[in-house]
Amino acid sequence: MVEVSKEYKTVTQIAGPLVFVEKTEPIGYQELVSVRLSDGTMKRGQVLDSSDDIVVVQIFEGTSGIDKDATVRFLGETMKMPVSKDMVGRILSGSGQPLDGGPEIVPEKKLDINGAAINPWARDSPSDFIQTGISTIDGMNTLVRGQKLPIFSASGLPHNELALQIARQAKVRGSEEDFAVVFIAMGITNEEKHMFMKEFERTGALKSAVVFLNLADDPAVERISTPRLGLTTAEYLAFELGMHVLVIMTDVTNYCEALRQVGAAREEVPGRRGYPGYMYSDLAELYERAGRIKGKKGSVTQIPILSMPGDDITHPIPDLSGYITEGQIVMSRELHRNGIYPPVNVSSSLSRLMGGGTGAGKTREDHKGVSDQLYAAYAEGKDLRGLVAIVGKESLSAKDQKLLDFADIFEDRIVRQGIDEDRSIEETLGIAWEIFKSLDLDQITRIDRKYIEKYLQA
Amino acid sequence: MSNEGIIYRVAGPVVTAIGISPRMYDVVQVGDEKLMGEVIKIEGDRTIIQVYENTSGVKPGEPVVNTGRPLAVELGPGLLHSVYDGIQRPLKVLNEKMGDFILRGVTAPGLDREKKWDFEPVVKEGDIVSPGQVIGTVMEGTMLHKIMVPPTLSGKVEKINKGSFTVEETVAVIDGTDVIMMQRWPVRTPRPVAEKYQPEVPLQTGLRVLDTMFPLAKGGAAAIPGGFGTGKTVTQQSLAKWSDAQIVVYIGCGERGNEMTEVLTEFPELEDPRSGNPLMNRTVLIANTSNMPVAAREASVYTGMTIAEYYRDMGYHVALMADSTSRWAEAMREISSRLEEMPGEEGYPAYLAGRLSEFYERACIAKSLCGEDGSISVIGAVSPPGGDISEPVSQNTLRIVRVFWALDTKLRERRHFPTINWLTSYTLYDKQLREWYAKNVNEEFPSLREWAMQTLQKESELQEIVQLVGSDALSEDKKLILEVSKMIREVFLQQNAYHPVDTFCPLDRQYQMLRLIKKFSDLADKALIAGASIDKIVAIPARQRFIRAKFEETIDEELAAVDKDFDVQFKELGA
Repeated sequence: MVEVSKEYKTVTQIAGPLVFVEKTEPIGYQELVSVRLSDGTMKRGQVLDSSDDIVVVQIFEGTSGIDKDATVRFLGETMKMPVSKDMVGRILSGSGQPLDGGPEIVPEKKLDINGAAINPWARDSPSDFIQTGISTIDGMNTLVRGQKLPIFSASGLPHNELALQIARQAKVRGSEEDFAVVFIAMGITNEEKHMFMKEFERTGALKSAVVFLNLADDPAVERISTPRLGLTTAEYLAFELGMHVLVIMTDVTNYCEALRQVGAAREEVPGRRGYPGYMYSDLAELYERAGRIKGKKGSVTQIPILSMPGDDITHPIPDLSGYITEGQIVMSRELHRNGIYPPVNVSSSLSRLMGGGTGAGKTREDHKGVSDQLYAAYAEGKDLRGLVAIVGKESLSAKDQKLLDFADIFEDRIVRQGIDEDRSIEETLGIAWEIFKSLDLDQITRIDRKYIEKYLQA
Repeated sequence: MSNEGIIYRVAGPVVTAIGISPRMYDVVQVGDEKLMGEVIKIEGDRTIIQVYENTSGVKPGEPVVNTGRPLAVELGPGLLHSVYDGIQRPLKVLNEKMGDFILRGVTAPGLDREKKWDFEPVVKEGDIVSPGQVIGTVMEGTMLHKIMVPPTLSGKVEKINKGSFTVEETVAVIDGTDVIMMQRWPVRTPRPVAEKYQPEVPLQTGLRVLDTMFPLAKGGAAAIPGGFGTGKTVTQQSLAKWSDAQIVVYIGCGERGNEMTEVLTEFPELEDPRSGNPLMNRTVLIANTSNMPVAAREASVYTGMTIAEYYRDMGYHVALMADSTSRWAEAMREISSRLEEMPGEEGYPAYLAGRLSEFYERACIAKSLCGEDGSISVIGAVSPPGGDISEPVSQNTLRIVRVFWALDTKLRERRHFPTINWLTSYTLYDKQLREWYAKNVNEEFPSLREWAMQTLQKESELQEIVQLVGSDALSEDKKLILEVSKMIREVFLQQNAYHPVDTFCPLDRQYQMLRLIKKFSDLADKALIAGASIDKIVAIPARQRFIRAKFEETIDEELAAVDKDFDVQFKELGA
């Protein structure tokens, strides 16, 4: 329906990113708006609240320069994303405009950026093992296709390196299927952008990537739609073109700050720490767009990165994320200080979908037991570190000393690996069996006896 | 005033309409697409509506139609085996109708209108029937589904039919009213019962830590609070699989889509350990995932509860799992803040406590109107922010429920599953259930349980000392307590939900296991007095055999053998 809608010069109030406009025709909720400033500059916005006589418009680029003489035009449609398979290999801005000097995207389709919930009945359960080549992930927190597994990091930790390593190395073994990366940058710095872009170019990953860049100095309001544009693209590539899409979103914390900023400008009743009360539902709208659908070839797998403010995992952003995502990879400052890369704290990490993607026929029959054993022995060893600080190593029993040493060996052999080291799952499990040799046989309680005979005594 | 009006304002899921004069909680159709909504506030001539679907693109001026009926569910044969969203739209039908994504404006009836059921009457023409009385039965899969007189009707049976009918066809005429197999019941109103009782029978779950240590009574309510990753969902799913309820209603309220898929793919394949039928035959699933509309999430717990009450009324024992009630509370908060209501604690509406207690109070064991005993046991997961249960949803829940299963992140980190902390969890049903256990399991069972709890308590005190001075400084008998409590923890309390044998442990076996640990403890005490060292005692082969027994196919024979081995091997140590 293309009809030229009326223009209004009836701005009554401007507050933060919001503009209040009086109008006479009915305007749809979440309809797009264009605003022409008196100097001719155009800005875009979206309707947040529509009533009989007044609408509240949120301006994507910020309200600076808008005055009461600005001309407001309602576009009669909600926000749509033009999508096409030619987007692969392109770099786009946080609002979907080309940044790489290439041509405009010629859309094959225009899709609503908010997407729609996948019917739980239509979902297929994720069970294809993705080998990332990183022992702490493959061996102990296995990632599967269609999963959303965030990296909980903090400022100063090498989460970007880890994300890049995963993007570079991730593969489903024995399959040569169409693979694409959708990279969504939300409020990252220019330097980080350069790092990512250089790396994508170096490894040739750009060929199969779609990059959305909303930088730290881009408007916060735009940041709220950037992941939605990216995920709409990912869904299109996955469910209409049959590609396996890995979505990397960084940094979710910046996204949540933008939500809080906009919420405050709308004078909403704040929830915990000033973040909006609907932040859980809002984050779910992003994270839940990962998955697989029965009868469709493609999949959307998400690795969101978020930095925990003050290393606090109970902060609302990691907390709410953890309740939605299927596990988390937690980075540890302590390991990082000890010079261990990647500094993955396995004790607080978890992959909820690990069970479906591991075991005989998927990875290897002994995988589950080995993982449990690593967890259990490492946890005991770490506890003993605390005790040793008080009573000294010599007062430990011989068995406890072995556990104590095991924790160190574990960090050195399993956790630590090179930034370009791509370990197969067999290598990871092999290292695990090697380090089990440092324990007594009766300390290996979590693994089936037949596997101990097969792998340990082999 | 008419039943048709227009939209005045749209702000997210909250829509204001003018020109209609509905009652509170009436269902209305909003906009050109007839989105489903519910009246939640009336202000002068303005009606505030919460809409169950996404409202983007909806404009002021579009029509609003009042249906004049409150939000209700359809009750009748065909509920079992179904998967619904929060407002009882069958997800399978939606999938067929509109594809893989849930679009808006699509409706589908909760019960299949085409399917025919064989109705077998149990009353005769001329009989006088009262509300809730059973007038006939149909077989719903493998369950006997009782067709009851609606709670508002009574009188003489003027006509009763036998044969094959759809849920909308008349099966009887009572006092001049046509009775069909389908009933509609408003979800926010509890269904009536004849009399509520005091719960005295445990809900058996096959989970040792729950059945033995912290049992829930049939008709009671339990809360499982725990931070993310502590295993709330795994525990809830274990309960849905193994509890001895006849009907299970599982509400996935604002949780993960992939998790619901897991339930959907797993349940049809699993067998009910008691009847041997597929688990799905006794299950109703409500799946309103976190990205589905919040207003429907708010309604989902009531939809599930009403279905549970319907089966209770037939005289069945129903278990209702709500995962997670925190998401439900958050949906209330979200809607309340859109209404610009005065917030209570942490932004939750002031009526949070009231709503929670109304919900949990619908759990009960009762004589239903048809004269049979039925119950609803409610198990609510709570997801406290940061795992800190001092927040309002946890606290208000704990004031109502009598069983608290505390999940513990520390236990998760050492892969101790289920992660139910034995020191902080509690049950207030222990006294009420004591007699049942003594009569049905074993006379000494209640005292064994107390012994185990005391041993664990002693261990935690000893651990504090060990933390300071190391375990070498303890005397031999204290070391024995540590060893025994380790056995209680690692053999008895730890249970592998994914292991074919260990996943379900019947009560009698639980008793045997605990008895053997006590026996070990008693014999070891004697051996210590006789001069055996703790290392020798711990090293006896029977102990290793006992530790492994729970994973063996022949577990009961193994336990019997361990029993004998203990006698023999401790004798060698002088006990």
